[in-house]
Amino acid sequence: MFELYFPILLLLGLAVVLALALMLLSRYLGPHRPNKPKLMPYESGMDPYGQAKDRYSVSFFLVAVEFIVFDLEVVFIYPWAVTYRDLGPESFWSMMVFITILLLGLIYTLKKGTLDWDSKPQTASAAQK
Amino acid sequence: MELFTPELIKSILVMLGATLGFLLPSAAVVVYAERRVAAFIQNRVGPNRVGPFGLLQPFADVLKLIMKEDVTPTQGNRMLHTLAPLVPVVTALMTVAVIPFGDGLVVANLNVGVLYLLAVASLSVYGVTMAGWASNSKYSLLGGLRSAAQMVSYELPMGMAVASVALLASSLSVVDVVNAQAMWWFIFLNPIGAVIFIVASFAEANRTPFDLVEAEQELVGGFHTEYSSMKFGMFFLAEYMHVVIASMLISTFFFGGYHLPFAPLWLPELSPFLKGVLDIHVFLAKTVFWIFVFIWVRWTIPRFKFDQLMRLGWSRLLPLSIVNFMVIAIVLYLIG
Repeated sequence: MFELYFPILLLLGLAVVLALALMLLSRYLGPHRPNKPKLMPYESGMDPYGQAKDRYSVSFFLVAVEFIVFDLEVVFIYPWAVTYRDLGPESFWSMMVFITILLLGLIYTLKKGTLDWDSKPQTASAAQK
Repeated sequence: MELFTPELIKSILVMLGATLGFLLPSAAVVVYAERRVAAFIQNRVGPNRVGPFGLLQPFADVLKLIMKEDVTPTQGNRMLHTLAPLVPVVTALMTVAVIPFGDGLVVANLNVGVLYLLAVASLSVYGVTMAGWASNSKYSLLGGLRSAAQMVSYELPMGMAVASVALLASSLSVVDVVNAQAMWWFIFLNPIGAVIFIVASFAEANRTPFDLVEAEQELVGGFHTEYSSMKFGMFFLAEYMHVVIASMLISTFFFGGYHLPFAPLWLPELSPFLKGVLDIHVFLAKTVFWIFVFIWVRWTIPRFKFDQLMRLGWSRLLPLSIVNFMVIAIVLYLIG
């Protein structure tokens, strides 16, 4: 086990050292003359107003939630995909049922419009109509 | 326990060859190749001043980036801002660990190599999101959010396409996946999976037509608006290393890795050394072809809108990949 993963540990070390070296090189070789406008966040040449961490579309959050659900299912499928030929018909059909339910769930969320990005935001007046 | 066994020394040599000898220089070469191919497609000349045919241009660019001032915006989160560019470079270098360059030429033949690839590849989304968050700029934050949404969305169809590959190879070891393709490449057995994987690779590498993360007309520089000097250079380097890695993965999973087409039928028995040299060249030739396709697509196809991107991922590619997986599973089950 250790022999198998030791090269990967070495590679991680090599990768971190390489990346750090590249970054530190520019820190020491480059000039360093900060001034106030240079350190301001870029906003098309104007003074930035407000904080950058403003409100953003809730759809980003929904995508993240859906991703977690489906990613767990995909990970669940992997061990089955490798071994199902040895596990007999019972395992095969239960996985088929599971994937069908997964697919139906996906179709349901799509029909519900969870992932519609171009829909107008629901305002109180629009909901009353 | 003997630590420095011959196997370990061999995998260290392969590791140094794959990272220092191949992946890092290849990023520089791909940057040059992209500019020359773009110039050719747009009927221009492209960089041709530095060195013969402009071949030294990438080195001049890196030198310039290193000598530039490193600016960290004051209101940002300094630590995350510094850590963010490290993440994509480190993850890009880590992925080569399980990719076989030839018969036995692999850093570590993990029995869960495919899962390792997916896990390490999905870590790179952290770098982009951290960069967007730490810069405290509106453009950066929007770029980082878009990137997170896009990369997680396309990871699902990619994961299902790779699962169908695991079905065909009935193993999660990348070496076994390649050896299962000695006769029939998986592009012939699983063409829909191949198309899904290729499209998702373009999205994961943030390449056109999926480069909304850095759509310059609306988001300036996207997540790296506030980056300068070599910190920007690291994102740039990582982007091209991800193109190279995506090309290697496409070749490995669907185009037979280091196998020539139908090699068992006609390829004579070669000495191990000659076979190794041939393997590496076949694999690199396939990789170069897919890198060229990446560049070709970038200068030919326009960018999607964000809602089109999400619709393609969730309501086309994901159901298609699940159905494709089920069909392959049923067919393999019926033929026993």
